Amino acid sequence: MQIDTSLSNFYRLTKPLILLLGLLPLLILMLGAFNITDHGLGANPIEKLLHELGRWALKFLLLTLAITPLRRWTGWNWLIRYRRMLGLFAFFYAVIHFLTYAVLDQGLDIAAIAEDIVKRPYITLGMTGLSLLIPLALTSTRGMVRRLGRNWRKLHRLVYVVAIAGVWHFYWQVKLDTLEPLFYGLILAVLLLSRWRPRR
Amino acid sequence: MLIRQKDDVRSSDITAEAVYLSRRDLIKAAGIGVTGAVISGSIGSRAIAAENGPVGKIMASVTKSPLSTAESPNTWTDITGYNNYYEFGTGKDDPSRFAVDFAPQPWRVKVSGECNKPGNYNYEDLVSLHALEERIYRLRCVEAWSMVIPWVGIPLASLVNRFEPNSNARYVSFKTLHAPSRMPGQRRRILDWPYVEGLTMAEAMHPLSIIAVGLYGRELPNQNGAPMRLVVPWKYGFKSIKAIAEISFTRKRPRSSWEQAAPSEYGFYANVNPQVDHPRWSQARERPIGAGLFAGKKPTLMFNGYAEQVASLYTGLDLRKNY
Ligand code: HEM
Repeated sequence: MQIDTSLSNFYRLTKPLILLLGLLPLLILMLGAFNITDHGLGANPIEKLLHELGRWALKFLLLTLAITPLRRWTGWNWLIRYRRMLGLFAFFYAVIHFLTYAVLDQGLDIAAIAEDIVKRPYITLGMTGLSLLIPLALTSTRGMVRRLGRNWRKLHRLVYVVAIAGVWHFYWQVKLDTLEPLFYGLILAVLLLSRWRPRR
Repeated sequence: MLIRQKDDVRSSDITAEAVYLSRRDLIKAAGIGVTGAVISGSIGSRAIAAENGPVGKIMASVTKSPLSTAESPNTWTDITGYNNYYEFGTGKDDPSRFAVDFAPQPWRVKVSGECNKPGNYNYEDLVSLHALEERIYRLRCVEAWSMVIPWVGIPLASLVNRFEPNSNARYVSFKTLHAPSRMPGQRRRILDWPYVEGLTMAEAMHPLSIIAVGLYGRELPNQNGAPMRLVVPWKYGFKSIKAIAEISFTRKRPRSSWEQAAPSEYGFYANVNPQVDHPRWSQARERPIGAGLFAGKKPTLMFNGYAEQVASLYTGLDLRKNY
């Protein structure tokens, strides 16, 4: 159909654009980290990387969760086309957030990392979130969506657990000023509640 | 009044920050750093005030102290741009941005409690009678990072002696100025303002405890606690209270601000101790600020490396319970 081809052209153009936009935060952080002009990441560059990457993982998670309510409110069904990419960006940033922690922060000290995961509840929660994202990322391909059928939707409900774990992880990590994680929590609550429909 | 010399004269035996000016500071001075500044400025707001290199009046006749560490200090930029000072905001670069207009002078300190010389003292009367010393100390934050800082200050003991504490005095407590109009962080009740800290008399009289009034041979920057702050190098940084406006001698142990906010996480003693973890993170290692992305952590030392001097203050005390 005529309309379909122009639409798919539209996606063909906008998807790379969003891909680039999604990579921009990482690019900016890398420039700060490796630029000779330096001080881009401040006095504690590892902490800066860890925090910024963690926040971006959470931002992309919330963006992913915003697609469905946005579609419903606006009727813009085409938004669904971008959801997979947003979800994969959440996973991508969570993975490099974890790698920053494991490699730069902990120097790949496996014993120390294992101890953290077991002993520090906020790390346990972060690890839970990341682990649950792995099957979601692996089953995000078109082929897997088709193969899993109805089960795909069931499996991908895990994203709610991931988002809650992510916000909670943020909340528990903060020393005293909980304003920012609470703000993320508020947005998540709105996104989750907007899905709730009284039974007819 | 403190007699201060103009910037063209400096006492040669104090640590000159120029020695530590790193290549990137020089590049920045040449203006090449602008792109980096713009780019990273968009990631998170930066400490503009801290970026411009050392500022503040150079202090006259500062002598070196044998109590200094031989380790080389962090840069001016790191020390004045990465601060925990919730009176000016909870972000690490908030103090350098929001303390710019603080205007610490004129300054008065109220002294009260179990002593023979209570009263209101001017900053000049308190400080100018004492010889200024440079003390290069390690600083270990409870958040598991550390710096080396060239403070200028006077021994706390000599100040305390002037107030003549009586035999009832078992503790000294300190309060930070409470002035939400000048300290914007106090407009949100993150902590129960004003900030309170305390020491036992023995800790206060220990030669390592100082009141710092300068940094890198210059007057103390606002974001580091101007005009006068405590520095107790064997305790976590939060014990070293900034912008001291009140000193009081008490029989009862004061309850410090962090102790009030989260008693299971922060105690009165707060001695640096790699064996006693914070409930949410390990205290066994620390990240040295300024070592770069790939430097890794280093082991934290008992009493922050000052065990030889201070361990005897705590004989018989269970440090696991009295964290
Ligand atoms: C779904 C996965 C995850 C999300 C969404 C996430 C998100 C976040 C966020 C938002 C922060 C706070 C940033 C800030 O304070 O500005 C954070 C901090 C942190 N996260 Fe994660 N995280 C995840 C997984 C993990 C994992 C798997 C680990 C390690 C095993 C981890 C370790 C940390 C650490 C160490 C911090 C900083 C703690 C500190 O500075 O004291 N996170 N994370």
